[in-house]
Parts: sequence; C-alpha cells; structure tokens
Amino acid sequence: MAVNLSSAAPQPAGHYRSTKRSRREARAAYLFLAPWFVGLLVITIGPIIASLYLSFTDYNLLEEATWVGLDNYVKMFTEDPRYLNSLKVTTIYVVVSVPLQLAFALALALVLDRGLRGLTIYRSIFYLPSLLGGSVAIAILWRKVFGADGLVNAFLSVFGIEGTGWVSDPDTALGTLIILHVWTFGAPMIIFLAGLRQIPSSYYEAASVDGAGKFRQFRSITLPLLTPIIFFNLVLEIIKSFQSFTQSFIVSNGTGGPADATMFNTLYLYLSGFKHFDMGYAAAMAWVLLLIIAGLTGVNFLASKYWVFYGDEK
Amino acid sequence: MFLFRPLKGGRITKHILLVGFGLVMLYPLLWMISSSLKPEELIFRQPGLWPSEITLENYTEGWTALKHPFGYYLWNSAVITIISVVANLVACSLAAYAFARLNFPLKKLWFTLMLGGIMLPHHVLIVPQYIMFSKLDLINTIWPLVLPKILATDAFFIFLMVQFIRTLPRELDEAAEIDGAGYWRTFIRVIIPLCLPALATTAIFTFIWTWNDFLSQLLYLNNPDNFTAPVALRTFLDASSDSSWGPMFAMSILALGPIFGFFVAGQKYLIRGVATTGLK
Repeated sequence: MAVNLSSAAPQPAGHYRSTKRSRREARAAYLFLAPWFVGLLVITIGPIIASLYLSFTDYNLLEEATWVGLDNYVKMFTEDPRYLNSLKVTTIYVVVSVPLQLAFALALALVLDRGLRGLTIYRSIFYLPSLLGGSVAIAILWRKVFGADGLVNAFLSVFGIEGTGWVSDPDTALGTLIILHVWTFGAPMIIFLAGLRQIPSSYYEAASVDGAGKFRQFRSITLPLLTPIIFFNLVLEIIKSFQSFTQSFIVSNGTGGPADATMFNTLYLYLSGFKHFDMGYAAAMAWVLLLIIAGLTGVNFLASKYWVFYGDEK
Repeated sequence: MFLFRPLKGGRITKHILLVGFGLVMLYPLLWMISSSLKPEELIFRQPGLWPSEITLENYTEGWTALKHPFGYYLWNSAVITIISVVANLVACSLAAYAFARLNFPLKKLWFTLMLGGIMLPHHVLIVPQYIMFSKLDLINTIWPLVLPKILATDAFFIFLMVQFIRTLPRELDEAAEIDGAGYWRTFIRVIIPLCLPALATTAIFTFIWTWNDFLSQLLYLNNPDNFTAPVALRTFLDASSDSSWGPMFAMSILALGPIFGFFVAGQKYLIRGVATTGLK
C-alpha cells in the first residue's frame, strides 16, 4: 500500500473532499457501518413508518389492515376512559417519583461528597438497587413486601398498627410503585457525585474566607454549578420513567389493577396490542406516547434557559 | 473541601445515619434471602433476618415447580444474554470506529440519526416489529431478541465508544498507517486493544439489561420450552396460591445471582459508565 503522509493529517471537520483516498476511506466507513445501516432501516426507521401507518388503521394481525383515518386517535381521547386513566396514572407516577428520586440522589451525593471514609462502599450499596430495580424478581419481592401479610405490615404490627394490603388497595398501589422507583436513586446519585467532583475546591475556600456558611456555600456555589447535571438527570429520568413497564405488570400480575390504579400507559398499550390484538390502536397509543415524551423533553430544554447555569454566562 | 474539618462526633453521626439508611434500603433484599431459607410457614411470621430454622426446601421445591427444572430457564436466559453481549461488542465497536475516525459523505446526518435512536422510546417500535417477526415466523425463536443487537441498534453503546475512541491519540492510527496497516488492521490491532475499558462497560451493561429484560421476552417467547428466567418467574405468580412464596423467593434469588455477580466483579466499569454517560 502506498504511504501518503500528507493525507494522514486530520481533515478539517465538516468538509468532504472527494479524492481517490477519501473514496477509499468512505468505502471502508460504509463497510464498518453496514450492520448499523441495516439495523437503522429494518429495526428502527421501517417500524417507525409502519407504526405511523398502522395507527390510522384497524389491524388484528390476521386480517388485512383497513384504513380508518383518525378514528384510533379520536377514540383514545373521547371514548376510552381506561386510556385517559392510564395517562393519569403514568403522569402521577412520573411527577411524584422523579423529583423524589432526584432529591434522594442529590442529598446522598452531597453527604458522600469528598473525603468521607468508606465512600466507595456506601456508593456501591446505594447503587445496587438501580441495577436490580427493573427485574421481575424485585417486582415479585415488592408484591410481597407490600402485601397484606407482607414485611411492611409485619413491622407495623410490632407497633400495634394494622396496615392494609398496600398493593391490593387502589389508594396505595401506585404509591408502592413510586417507592420502588425512588429506591433506584443510585444511578443519578453517581452522576451527581461525578458532577460535584468537577467543582473546584478553591471556590469553597474563597467563600469561607469571605465568611459564607455551609448553607450559603451550597446555595451560591454547589447548586448553581450543579444545575446542568440536575437538568441532565431530569430529562433522562422523565424519558425513562414514562416507559416503565415491568414493575406495573408484575405487581398487578398483568392486570393494571386494583381498579386500574397501576395501569401504566405502556401496560395498557401492551394489553391492547398483544392481548386484544388491536394493533392499530396500540400503534396510535405508541405515537401519542412518543409525542408526549418528545414534547416534554422539548419543554424541558426550553425551560432550562431560565434555571440551568452554564459556566460561560457571567 | 472544608478548611475547618467538622468535629469528629459529627462524622460519626454521619456514618451512623448512612449505615442506618443503607440497611433500610437493603432490608427487602436481605429479607428475601433470609425468607428463602425459612420454612414456608415462618416467612411472614418472622420479619427479622435471622431464620430460627434453616432449610433448603424452598430451593429444591422451586427448582422443580415448573414444567422444566429452573436451571433450564436460567440457561435460556444465559444463551440470549451471551449472544447479545458478543453481538453488541462487535456491531457497536465497528460502527463507533467509523463515526470516530473515518470521514464519509453524510456523516453528520447519520451521526444525528444515531443519537436520535438513543432517545427514541422503544414502544413506538414494538407493534410493527412484532408484526414483522411474526410474518417471518420467528416468534418463539431467539432472533427477535438478538437480531437488534447484531444490527447495532443499542445506539447508547456506539455513542459511549465514539466518545472513548475520540480520546485516543490519532498519532497511533497514523503510525499504524505508516507501517502499512489498512483501516481494518488499525481497528483490530490499535483501536480495539485500547478500547478495553469501554468494551468492558458495554459488556457489563448489555449483560445486566438483557438479563433483566422482560417486555420483549414476554412478547416473543410464549412457549414454555423457550421461557427465560424472568418469564418463568412470572408464571409462578399465575400458578401459585399464597403458599409458594418461599420457592418463588428462592428462584428469584437465583435469577438475581448473575447480576449480583457482575455487580461485584465489574463495579469499577459500572460506576465509571454511569458517571460518564448516564447509563443506568
């Protein structure tokens, strides 16, 4: 192979010049990317388009799809109280559990930050639930911890309090799922810890020379400098928790019960598409879910201008 | 951080509070382990952790409670998980090398699409994907579960590796080129060996996510001969009266075992992976 030193230098980004060498490079790149391209087409873009089309049809996998226009979307919002309820349940779940989870994550990160002995052990212990939280095994455990004859009630009975069956009572069932979500605060906590480590300690030294107390330091240094990380965690957790499925499926044994109290949007989508084989309707629900998540992420980015502090703006 | 270290007493209080909080968090897990070793009738009468009587009865009973021994389902999970790990390592590193090092037409567009794939909610895809795989007669095979990994659709890992490769000095690629290495040899001999930390993070997270995955396994595997551990665990709920919580806990612990093992062995990569990319 001919060695050409001058072309080995990095090319200016964004400019693409067609030479013999660059054509060879492009050919190599497309070969490296071949599996990804096939995946993009067959696993991602194709299904997205198909699902948009299906959302305007009535389709049950056995008969031909029939075009029904906007019927699925109209039905969702006007004739299907179970769907609206699933949106409500999911919204409550996200709105309550995400801020609580992030508050725990931030609080523990602050306690663990800098120079505390045993940091790595504490960090691991608090992180473990994040790895396990999405599993069927933990959801089964949750069903029993909060069951009528479960662990929580066994503790309450020590104090002479008789608890209800937390997972079988419509008023508290969703609460148990929220607690499960908050329990997995370890992952955002680690992201907060990494962010805290970026703050130069000279800021704190200067502040305490100026007589700023701990609380003042937190409010004027830590919190503003951490807002980009808080924002990042918030966006990520909102996207993720809108898509929670396993927990509500297992804790309610696939019913969304009691009385649809744990019927997440994703669970209702699953039941419509794969239990009632109403696949057009399920596809329409998936599109609404996509639009909700995209919309919320967009709003988050717009709102971030008002509260997220990036170092360069003085 | 502090010019004036807090009083020693303050630090001890901090540790006591942290240990206490950690115990509360881990209590349900510890209780599950201890319950799995208790005779059935004692599980709910004793909320404490030390079993007054230890038995392995729950394990032997749970192991044989379903159509196949539970090891059969663990094996099914292991097969899917291991193929997924290998597929993700190969397919994502190939794509990452192209994005990080090579120039080609429309690179920006493809890169943006790849990033978009990270944010895309999986649920928009499941209905048409299910239809596609059922038309291809691939329901109850492992293909719907592993094909997406073979085709590098876990874009998160591509991104992780692109970020990592970008930190490697380009002089290494250039030196390899002077030695006459083409793109493929540079990738295999120079980039891959230096990428081991990113590959380790990818492998561990793919393992944990695939092992924990429930929705797609529930969708695509509905013949008991193909059940994975999570799907098999779920059938305990259907079949069981209140009397089989002991065996169910015992099998749940076996199903969590590999994740716990990876957690202990791969902590460094897990923590670093979360801290740098926001992976869960």
